[in-house]
Amino acid sequence: MYQILKKQTLNANTKLMVIDAPHVARKAEPGQFIILRVSEDGERIPLTIADFDRKTGAVTIIFQEVGATTMALGRLNEGDCLHDFVGPLGRASELEGLKKVAVVGGGLGCAIAYPQAKKLHEMGAEVDLIAGFRSKDIIILEEEMKAASTNLYVVTDDGSNGRKALVTEVLGELIDAGNQYDAVIAIGPMIMMKFVAETTRPYGIKTIVSMNTIMVDGTGMCGGCRLTVGGETKFACVDGPDFDGHLVDFDGSMRRGAMYKAQEKASVERHECNLLKQEVK
Amino acid sequence: MANMNPQKMPMPEQAPDIRNKNFDEVTLGYTPEMAIEEAQRCLNCKHKPCISGCPVQVKIPEFIALVAEGKFLEAAAKIKETSALPAVCGRVCPQETQCEQKCVRGIKGEPVAIGRLERFVADYAREHGEEKPEKPASNGHKCAIVGAGPAGLTCAGDLARMGYEVTVFEALHTAGGVLMYGIPEFRLPKEIVQKEIDTLKDLGVEFVLNFVVGRSETIDELFEDGYEAVFVGSGAGLPTFMGVPGENANGVYSANEYLTRINLMKAYQDGAETPIFHARKVAVVGGGNVAMDAARCAKRMGAEEVYIVYRRSEKELPARLEEIHHAKEEGIVFKFLTAPLEVLSDENYNVVGLKCQQMELGEPDDSGRRRPVPVEGSEFVLDLDCVIAAIGTSPNPLIRTTTPGLDTNRKGCIVADDEHGITSKDGVFAGGDAVTGAATVILAMGAGKRAAAAMDEYIKNKQ
Repeated sequence: MYQILKKQTLNANTKLMVIDAPHVARKAEPGQFIILRVSEDGERIPLTIADFDRKTGAVTIIFQEVGATTMALGRLNEGDCLHDFVGPLGRASELEGLKKVAVVGGGLGCAIAYPQAKKLHEMGAEVDLIAGFRSKDIIILEEEMKAASTNLYVVTDDGSNGRKALVTEVLGELIDAGNQYDAVIAIGPMIMMKFVAETTRPYGIKTIVSMNTIMVDGTGMCGGCRLTVGGETKFACVDGPDFDGHLVDFDGSMRRGAMYKAQEKASVERHECNLLKQEVK
Repeated sequence: MANMNPQKMPMPEQAPDIRNKNFDEVTLGYTPEMAIEEAQRCLNCKHKPCISGCPVQVKIPEFIALVAEGKFLEAAAKIKETSALPAVCGRVCPQETQCEQKCVRGIKGEPVAIGRLERFVADYAREHGEEKPEKPASNGHKCAIVGAGPAGLTCAGDLARMGYEVTVFEALHTAGGVLMYGIPEFRLPKEIVQKEIDTLKDLGVEFVLNFVVGRSETIDELFEDGYEAVFVGSGAGLPTFMGVPGENANGVYSANEYLTRINLMKAYQDGAETPIFHARKVAVVGGGNVAMDAARCAKRMGAEEVYIVYRRSEKELPARLEEIHHAKEEGIVFKFLTAPLEVLSDENYNVVGLKCQQMELGEPDDSGRRRPVPVEGSEFVLDLDCVIAAIGTSPNPLIRTTTPGLDTNRKGCIVADDEHGITSKDGVFAGGDAVTGAATVILAMGAGKRAAAAMDEYIKNKQ
């Protein structure tokens, strides 16, 4: 069992949890993920490792409550335990040798982009961090991101924090202003990563994306997370999750991501019904 | 006087049109009376050829003699002297090519139903308060097992009985390997597997779940932690896809994914958290036991039409005859000499069909089987909404890429000698599918058993 050491609400439906998982903390590197099960009958879901502390054995995850499992997770409190928590999984991001990088995070993706930015910043690289959110009230980790970057650009879709823009606009401006990036790292919804890759493609800037596909085991035994990269089939859980954004078939991945939409909706409804029943009692 | 009936005592089973709608076990097992009657067919011959056909050398005539006398618990203890998982083996071993193939009674009739008797004895003992094994005194030496499948479980059990402190590291949240995620409930109830694993815990074997060797820790780090010998039984879990256009469409599964969702994650139960696609028309590509399992699961999940698409003829099917027979009874349709060409999908990326090609058999290939050759102009389309690829698996690269000094062959299998499981790396032993590529449960168990003996010798020689 894996105890929840700390729980924090970052915005209306995004939560941070620190989990006691020494095996994971000891080997974790930015870019890797874990798979967890909330309860004995639960499904396995992948979440990126947002932070870790090798000394205390603690691993931080940040998640958005979008479905039955993340909602069940969100209902747990400090001191409660997760049934299963396995990792670190996937390959660590290859950050060595990067001197100047633009890290682009979209929404919850910022939580995933944060450890990469932090590590690059610690390695002495110049980090421009572009963080995009739908609106002001869902901005997360602003202080942490500031501390992990050289320049932080926070934008919102509706302009509620000052600047109304998409992350791709900011990135395009920075490139046009003469910033010579060794790499652009984009993490967020697939549609955002796709457009970041399209933004950098004409400039030939190496663009790394972190693919958030459907997973079951996360160890390479089922291929549920497969995607097409440069015409070849790859497994995101073992070959990735990082891939060259200019080679990824985003459209195919987005369609695979929608495979269980109807069942996920039914599962959420079932959970909500159970909740209502509990409250009536 | 022996029972000279040339036929095996039949085993009761659920009727085909009832069982293809549920996940309960198909075969129901012998009653004590049936077991005693069948046991009396054993001639207790002097040279005991049956034992040489068993990869873990169960003392077959001895346990069967005890069954004939109605001493079922004693019979169970006799089997447990050499086999860690009798309730499993009695169900899933291909006895027709192992112990029963060598049975003298098989010359002029059917062999003694050794598998059914082993199963009966193990089930009887489990249900009638079999005594917990006593935990042996520790010899102070630590061994690590990588992977909790049949090879690892057998190796762990044998080492524990010798007094070693054994830790099994398993990547999934449940021990058992293919016994849990692969073989369906209706062939091997998971409760039974769990009970056999619990017996190992009684022997003192420690299980560390959710631990991916190669990621959570490397094999070299296990040695740093004080383990003196390591057995790698990590299996062959990496699925092979068909390599045809369209196979990333929604509704195309590897058999591993389909079976894992159903068996390990219990997606067949109402209200399960793990979703699965409820297909109406399914094609399973392949002809092995895994293909039969996937097809029979699909039927039970409510599919109206389920096809087995196999590129050779019925004669070459690698699955067990019993499984093929069960599949046919349950309404699975076999398309022989048929190879997939392309998965067809609609504008939403959902599977709508499988374009196939008729084959004919040509000259024998490397494996000695006649090679299928396409018949020109024979393309046709099967209307489907789901395709399951069951065309084989290979070892996961995780161990091989994180263990310096461990030799593997061009297929990614660990190189280890068959007799002892010795690898190129000092102190590392290996067996089961990780060495042979996908094979059978009992062969993996045999390899685990031989490796345990070799590890014991290795540790003793080091002192």
